[in-house]
Order: sequence, then C-alpha cells, then structure tokens
Amino acid sequence: MQTWYPSSRCPNVARPTSMRDRGADGYVPAMKLPDARGPLGAAVLDHLRGHRSLAEAGVRLQEAGAGDRALTLWTLHELYFRGFDDVDADMEWDPTVVGLRNELESDLESDLRRAFEAWDGPMDLPGMIAAFEDRPGLSTFIRTSATAAQVREILAEKSVFHLKEADPHAFVQPRLDVAPKAALATIQFDELGAGRPDRLHAKLFADTLDAAGLDPTYGAYVARVATSTLTVSNVLTMFCLRRRLRFAAAGHLAAFEATSSLPCAAIVRGLRRLGFDERVVTYYDEHVEADAVHEALAWEELCVPMIDGDADREREVLFGAFACMEVEARNAADLLERWT
Amino acid sequence: MRDVDFVVSPDGETSEATRPVVALCTCGATGRPPWCDATHKLLGD
Repeated sequence: MQTWYPSSRCPNVARPTSMRDRGADGYVPAMKLPDARGPLGAAVLDHLRGHRSLAEAGVRLQEAGAGDRALTLWTLHELYFRGFDDVDADMEWDPTVVGLRNELESDLESDLRRAFEAWDGPMDLPGMIAAFEDRPGLSTFIRTSATAAQVREILAEKSVFHLKEADPHAFVQPRLDVAPKAALATIQFDELGAGRPDRLHAKLFADTLDAAGLDPTYGAYVARVATSTLTVSNVLTMFCLRRRLRFAAAGHLAAFEATSSLPCAAIVRGLRRLGFDERVVTYYDEHVEADAVHEALAWEELCVPMIDGDADREREVLFGAFACMEVEARNAADLLERWT
Repeated sequence: MRDVDFVVSPDGETSEATRPVVALCTCGATGRPPWCDATHKLLGD
C-alpha cells in the first residue's frame, strides 16, 4: 500500500559526503546499537540499520516481553539524543519509528495511569513522598550493608540515566510560560555545570564510574541492565519528549529533587564506609546541596506557577511525581531482590 | 537566594557561594553550614 511518507530520509536533501549514511557523525561520542532482548528488538535493529523494514519483519508487538519492549523504547528514545554510530541520523523522524514509539509509550503511560488511579495515599507532594518512604530504597542499603561489588553494580545500572542527566528536561524548556521557564533554566544551568564543564553532573557521574573501575562510556551498560532500570529512564524521557506530558515532567522533577538530598547523603556515607575513592563520592556529595536548592525551585517556582490554581493541572503534576517515585521504588525492589 | 557571592557567619567565617542559587540553613541542624542539606526533614515537627 502506498503511504504518504514512504521514506525515513528527508528525500531530496543532498548531504555532504562526509555526513552521508553516518549516524552520529563523530561529533559527540555515541554508542553502538545495544543487542536486542527479543524478537521485537531484533526486528527494530534490522529496521534501524536499513536491512529490513519493521513491516516486512511482521513482529507482533503484543507478544513482546517486558525487557524486549523496554530496551526497544530506550533505543528509539536515544535517536532523539545522541543517536547511534550505526544508524542513519534521519531515523529520528522515520514514521515507523515514531509509530512504534507511540505504541510503546501508550502502554507505558497506561500502566502508570492505572497505578495512579489505584493510589489511595495522600494527594499532595510532601504526603506522597512520605508515603513512598515506607518502600525500601537503595540508599539505605548502600549506607548500611552493600558490598563494594554490589555498589559497582548499582552504579552501572544508574549510568543508564545519570550519563544523560538533565538532557531530557531540555526538551521541556520551550513548552513553558515565562516564570516556570526561568525556574527550569535555573535548575538546568546548575545541572549542566553552571558554565564549568568539569562540574556538569553527567560528567561528574562519568568520573564516578571511572574512579570506581567501571566503564564511563555513554551507553556502556544499557544492553545488560534490569528492565526496571530501563523503565526509570523511559518514563522520564517520555514525559519530557511529549508536550502533552509537560505537567507530569515538572511533577517528576519536583519529586526527584525532593527525594535526592538525604539519600545522596546516605550514599556518601556508604561509599566512604566501603573506602571508595573521593572521586566516586563527588557526584553524590554535589547532589546533597544542589538538590536541596533544586527541590525548592522545582516545586515553588516551576510546578506552582504551572498549576496556577487549576485542579486538573495539579493532578497531572502529581501524576508525574507519583510515576517518578513508583518506578524508582519498583527499580529499587527489583535490584534489592538480587542481594537480600 | 540568588546572586550571592559569599556568606559571612556571625563569628566572621566566610563561605563562597559556588552555584547560581543557594539555599541557606535556617534550622541550624545542617551538616554543611551555612548551606541547607535537607537535614531539617529528619527533625520532625
């Protein structure tokens, strides 16, 4: 059947030879496509590499497993960030890619909306945060009983989103009105090092990985991390890439910042207990103070003016906050199950 | 607080502000004076 948009390329654009058929073009270090976790991912890799279209592969989305779907969505999302060495850059706007992304994100959002509908706890941010404190977290485990090997495993898992920290929120920026836009820019400026490249938080985390004897390369651990870890990243990226979900993105950020300072302080104590190099500690030490500031900015100067007294908007902001803490709690429980 | 270059404590100790917005401790329980480190959340009401 003829479609209106048969090509993944901008069809009539002549590109410089040096940039033709190149994915990430070497400007920023990008990654190779991660190996698939199932038939959906395998078919998507074929599609992205231009070997065989997804339509020809005939995979059934509903039969794909959770890990297969999560890694596939993570991979599709990455096309909007750095891309892949082995994927044509125009795949970012390939209609099949966008269509599959819509399907996978619909399922992910629906799952979170169902969980939020079933939530019978407090419907204010501090109350919600307090309610989630009953769920086991990784920071207490790191502070009190984790081994160095377990901490390294946690750092490798967290690298999936810490190495692109603050990048998703850049997509939210143009979708805000004046006051919240200024508030988000203030947080982002701090996250991105406040003009000092060596203080960029993603760079601090790369230094943490390096000092802990792990691979600081962007995307190095994506192929092997837990499905629940990929979901943490996918939810944030979905909220930030879709304008409709910008209130959820703001609520997610407020919850994230408000649940960061004390856990980071606990992680600092755990890392020192285990004798890790101070370069490993720096990233978490920075976040104790930084996120105490960001917490106030994210709620009072970003979320409150976005809500502007509207009950529906407030509920959407709280949905984002809930989703943030729910997927983090699921991820923590999943990882803790390996060791306790 | 915005546009803070440094903070001077009552006994004359100076702390340089290294970020564009800073949060000062107002509960007295911080482990990193003069900055807030969210310890107030552990104090209860």
